[in-house]
Amino acid sequence: MLRLDGVVKQFGAKRAVDGISLGVPSGQFVGVIGQSGSGKSTLLRMINRLGDPTGGVIRFGDVDVTALKGRALRQWRARCAMIFQQFNLAGRLDVLTNVLMGRAFHAPAWRAVLKLWTDEEKAMGLSALESLDIARLAGQRADTLSGGQQQRVAIARALIQEPEIILADEPIASLDPRNTQVVMDALQHINRHFGITVICNLHSLDLARKYCDRLVGLAAGRLVFDGAPAALTDHVARDLYGLESADVIGPASAPGFVPGAQPGLALAGS
Amino acid sequence: MLLAALLVAIALSSVAAEVSPSLFWAKIGNFTGYFGRLLHLDSGALVFSDPVEWFWGIGRWLRLLGETLVMAYVGTVLGAIGAFFLAFLAAANVTPNRWLSMAVRRFCEFCRTVPGLVFALMFVIAFGLGPMAGVLAVAIHSLGTLGKLFSEVVENIDMKPVEGVSSTGAPWHVAMRFGALPQVSSSFVSYALLRFEINVRESAVLGFVGAGGIGMDLFEAIRKFYYSDVSAILVMIVVTVALIDILTGMIRHRLIDLVEKH
Ligand SMILES: Nc1ncnc2c1ncn2[C@@H]1O[C@H](COP(=O)(O)OP(=O)(O)OP(=O)(O)O)[C@@H](O)[C@H]1O
Ligand SMILES: [Mg+2]
Repeated sequence: MLRLDGVVKQFGAKRAVDGISLGVPSGQFVGVIGQSGSGKSTLLRMINRLGDPTGGVIRFGDVDVTALKGRALRQWRARCAMIFQQFNLAGRLDVLTNVLMGRAFHAPAWRAVLKLWTDEEKAMGLSALESLDIARLAGQRADTLSGGQQQRVAIARALIQEPEIILADEPIASLDPRNTQVVMDALQHINRHFGITVICNLHSLDLARKYCDRLVGLAAGRLVFDGAPAALTDHVARDLYGLESADVIGPASAPGFVPGAQPGLALAGS
Repeated sequence: MLLAALLVAIALSSVAAEVSPSLFWAKIGNFTGYFGRLLHLDSGALVFSDPVEWFWGIGRWLRLLGETLVMAYVGTVLGAIGAFFLAFLAAANVTPNRWLSMAVRRFCEFCRTVPGLVFALMFVIAFGLGPMAGVLAVAIHSLGTLGKLFSEVVENIDMKPVEGVSSTGAPWHVAMRFGALPQVSSSFVSYALLRFEINVRESAVLGFVGAGGIGMDLFEAIRKFYYSDVSAILVMIVVTVALIDILTGMIRHRLIDLVEKH
């Protein structure tokens, strides 16, 4: 169980995250939604400790994540893998090396630095790639891949960390609809078959409703919605998104369109 | 604008540094005269008329020139290796510790601000005459300049790959190795080769204070008015520097290809 208790992140005068308390049971697929700038990325980065909270406590089981340092902190990062909107791969290195970064906590550092991976580690990386259908790309430079392929490489990297949680920060925001489905299906598969908790920032409400067990809504750094996808009515969503609601909920909800048209097709139809 | 700048420079130099235009005009004849004498052998004949006589010491000079090249090469390699490690500590975006970064920056600043010749002189006093002092002087000066250049390259990298590697729980040096290094290795090679070219020139002068290489003979020839020897040695230095420039230009791309794949 992951517990956030009054978590705050202050950037100068700006409170990006403003006192969020939240419990996430193991195995849940949680979608985090909210306007651009509402603090979704900041929240996820604090859980992985890429950013340090300026207030509040994050716990996982009996570990106080906010107090971790040194090796214990790195161990925590290995337990909660992160997937980024821009993939964050080392573009000039080959795909398999990128995936093997997922073992960089477990392998001795000198072996990692010299790229002396064991056969077992390589097999692990290849089978992760295989499970995502891109094993044939293992030797290719990462920056020669398409966006969807790169994100699958990033997922493979996360998988061989053997994590308990996967944090995904808008993993499909720079992908086309087909790749969006491939990546979201992969995350769903990981969640269902390995029981890994997934916390996923999403911009599209359709995807959030389709894939998530639970939705958490942020506005201006505060938690303003927490419930089942079904509870997120268009009315609530409009409150959550304000001016952006037309983009997110679908053209039918925007003024000037034929009333009664099917709402909620912003992404699915394109 | 340019003219104004020039006038200010002349005015400043004559006031502050006792550089006077009149002295310059009065003595320029001496300089051109000296230049003329450089082109004549002891016998009075033009140097070009008897190249064998002009380059009578070519064996010894080639050996000393070789020593200069080795000093420049070893000094550059040592300095570049040191700068390689210091760059990641100094770069503000990846440093493991802000204070360490400051300390490393000040250290590099010191190494490059003190002129190489001063270091060479100090090492000659400490370790005696010879190329050892020259190598150390070149290495320290290169450490200072390359440390700054390398760390600026690191400060301009894309941080996303570094975050990607760090987010897996990888230690700092692994994140540098895979997240940062592939982005900077080709620039590091370019700067190090450029530094080597500069160091060949600088090493030639280090002999003036006894720190090894061709400079020792050049300095002696200048002091003892062996005119044709001065010009012979200068010609050899110029040709060598030109060859080095061409050579580094040729291997630069191959070297970059080599490091980029790892
Ligand atoms: N490093 C930073 N320094 C200063 N302000 C920041 C920093 N990172 C984020 N912010 C601010 O914090 C707020 C929340 O940003 P965050 O990136 O978490 O939003 P988001 O919900 O992920 O938005 P998006 O949907 O556009 O990705 C924004 O107002 C942003 O300007
Ligand atoms: Mg974001």
